[in-house]
Amino acid sequence: MSLILDKINYYYGKGTAFETAALKNISLTIPDGEFIGLIGHTGSGKSTLIQHMNGLIKADSGSIYFNGQDIYDKDFKMTELRRKVGLVFQYPEHQLFEATVIKDVLYGPTNMGLDKLKAEVLAYGSLRAVGISEDLLDASPFELSGGQKRRVAIAGILAMNPEILILDEPTAGLDPMGRFEILNLLKAIHEAKGITVILVSHSMEDVAEFAERLIVIDDGEIKYDDEPRKVFAHAEDLRKMGLEVPQCTELMGRLADRGLDVDRNCLTIDEAVESILNGNRRK
Amino acid sequence: MVNFDKVTFEYIRRDEEGNVESINKALDEIDLDVKKGDFIAILGANGSGKSTLARHINALLTPTEGTVYIEGLDSKDEDNHLKIRQKTGMVFQNPDNQIIASLVEEDVGFGPENIGVPTKEIWERVAFALDKVGMTAYREKSPNNLSGGQKQRVAIAGILAMKPECIVLDEPTAMLDPKGRREVIETITELNKNEDITIILITHYMTEVIGADKIFVMNKGNIKLSGTPREIFKEVDLLKEYQLDVPQVTEIAHRLRQKGMNLPECVLTVDELVEALATGDRG
Amino acid sequence: MLRDLTIGQYYPVESVIHRLDPRTKFLGTIIFIVALFLFKTFWGFLLAGGFIVSIIALAKLPPKYVLKGMRPIIFLLLFMMIFNLLLTPGEVIGEWWIFSVTKEGIYSALFMGLRLIMLVLGSSIMTYTTTPNNLTSGMESVFGFLKVFKVPVHELAMMVSIALRFIPILMEETNKIMKAQQARGADFETGGPIKRAKALIPILVPLFVSAFRRAGELAEAMEARCYHGGDGRTKMKPLKYHKRDLVAYLVLVGIVVGEIFIP
Repeated sequence: MSLILDKINYYYGKGTAFETAALKNISLTIPDGEFIGLIGHTGSGKSTLIQHMNGLIKADSGSIYFNGQDIYDKDFKMTELRRKVGLVFQYPEHQLFEATVIKDVLYGPTNMGLDKLKAEVLAYGSLRAVGISEDLLDASPFELSGGQKRRVAIAGILAMNPEILILDEPTAGLDPMGRFEILNLLKAIHEAKGITVILVSHSMEDVAEFAERLIVIDDGEIKYDDEPRKVFAHAEDLRKMGLEVPQCTELMGRLADRGLDVDRNCLTIDEAVESILNGNRRK
Repeated sequence: MVNFDKVTFEYIRRDEEGNVESINKALDEIDLDVKKGDFIAILGANGSGKSTLARHINALLTPTEGTVYIEGLDSKDEDNHLKIRQKTGMVFQNPDNQIIASLVEEDVGFGPENIGVPTKEIWERVAFALDKVGMTAYREKSPNNLSGGQKQRVAIAGILAMKPECIVLDEPTAMLDPKGRREVIETITELNKNEDITIILITHYMTEVIGADKIFVMNKGNIKLSGTPREIFKEVDLLKEYQLDVPQVTEIAHRLRQKGMNLPECVLTVDELVEALATGDRG
Repeated sequence: MLRDLTIGQYYPVESVIHRLDPRTKFLGTIIFIVALFLFKTFWGFLLAGGFIVSIIALAKLPPKYVLKGMRPIIFLLLFMMIFNLLLTPGEVIGEWWIFSVTKEGIYSALFMGLRLIMLVLGSSIMTYTTTPNNLTSGMESVFGFLKVFKVPVHELAMMVSIALRFIPILMEETNKIMKAQQARGADFETGGPIKRAKALIPILVPLFVSAFRRAGELAEAMEARCYHGGDGRTKMKPLKYHKRDLVAYLVLVGIVVGEIFIP
């Protein structure tokens, strides 16, 4: 079970005077069960890339294989790919349309041709997984709070029971607590179901804390694809791409430069505190 | 220049017959005093009343009870509204939904046109405002082709062209990437320093407010804490209770202190913590 | 696909046509459309066609861009031409089943088609070369006399201007919502008309919700920037006729006279 992108090229405005390369020779392997962070500034090609992964955009050249099958094959079932590679767009709450929460979540599984009972089991299960309580099932999605709407929208994708879950900035516009809740939710889903999560984010702190693998895209090209620890060691380069490193990584790098006995590659507050205390003890 | 005197604001929901269905107290007897030239930050979880408060400064909303004075002008008097709005401009979250014109310069000129500035002076003001936000090169471009950070700078220029005393920004960086966030924060910091414009910034990003003169923390329609960033961010646990956060370095320093290290009571920047750890006596 | 829709979108280059007063372009377009219905011969067509081609050249519009903007009218064009071709009585030159093609029909279809093309070209040149703000202040001024009859001319002009600004944004939004629903397994391409119409609901509802939200936010932003209708408003770019506008009117009158007198 895996998704393989092989030398993908894609152009905006193909054949016009405005033609620009959006993705350049992208090759990627997404195996089972990883938690991947994808970062890049606005317009770097992240959104275009993730839309290739469930076939919403077709590459101008290159191939994509899902579980060994070429998705551009004539008899490949695109609906099957869309079901198994769930894509949560930015501000997904803007796509809610049904009269009730439960109906909205059922939209995906019903489209996938599941029978009513099975669809309902999936819908209830995913609403529970995102922490929407049962008394809200028959409420209008438009009357929920911003954070709740977003969780319902994510449940709508989860209800299709995807093997890979891709989320485009799922925490955009939320307050610190809302961000924390969504990220922990993703972590829980990832751990409980073993599904692959690809998290597109503008927050370096978030990907540093949650991702096991970090892909950096800039100007349509993959610049880094490695453990977050190794990627964030390139602070200067990241800044040139309009990105940053987490504040604690910056701190630890600076401390190490000043000759302190600390690990310069700390990613989280816990790690940083631990490393400083240890360094202090050794002294 | 901004004074709130026991301001209460209620959102009243009525059913079809006009009977009151529910009352939601968004602001609860708020007292606030902002001095000319201050850089003020307002923090609070979603639904804490921050945006409602911001809209009172610009007379988009007027208090249910209590009084708002903007440079002595009572916002309850509708004749004052234009004067108040000219004195206190407002920048909103979504960059697309506040740009009115199809050319950058025409958008910046929109405000001055509304308050009846003579043509020749509009051009001078537009040139001045675009220069201040560093967008002169884009004056004849369509806003649709700008990045999020650039759009927000155009929105700021649109306010500047009205020669305001104060700019209120309601989560101006929530929809931007790290580079866009930096652009906006740098722009308003400079305006505050060089043009002596009062800034009132509402945000969810704690690192954006460490340079503020004063921070107000809101929760459930009340101002719970107010003080300098150092006074506010030392309340790490209290802030978490209000569903907020502190900058990563602040939290690291806080935890190190709890472990018995000898550090200043509240650290706000990476520089400070590096200095304290590298040179200071570390217990 | 929606991204390719170029009709009605301002094309920013420097040209004498761009600099013309919007009133000249607005009235000029109307005069040109009238002229279009005056010609009856090949020479008349040549005059109008030559005029429109020179205007496109003067306006420095890339021909490809202009042609692309014509795409949405292809169906209307074909429909009108076939209609004219088959239903004009006269000298029969061919018959097929219940239809007959006449000489007059061919002429009529040809001229109708050419007129429609030039009509759309003419009016789209106006929108290509005039910023929406300018266009609306032109319309506001041309229709200004209606204020006497209590028509809210300024407000209507502002509405048109904002609509033009938000067309590309809403197009992009539609595209995004479509993709998001496709990601949830929506299918817009197969099935009968009822199924297809039903498939539009998941697009239309979010689109309306979003349009209303945008409208609300925009209204608030305008109010915050002291917008209070047309009273006491000054203009950053007041309309002023120049010599070039006089030249333009003279040329237009020339075209009309030409179309009347050309045999």
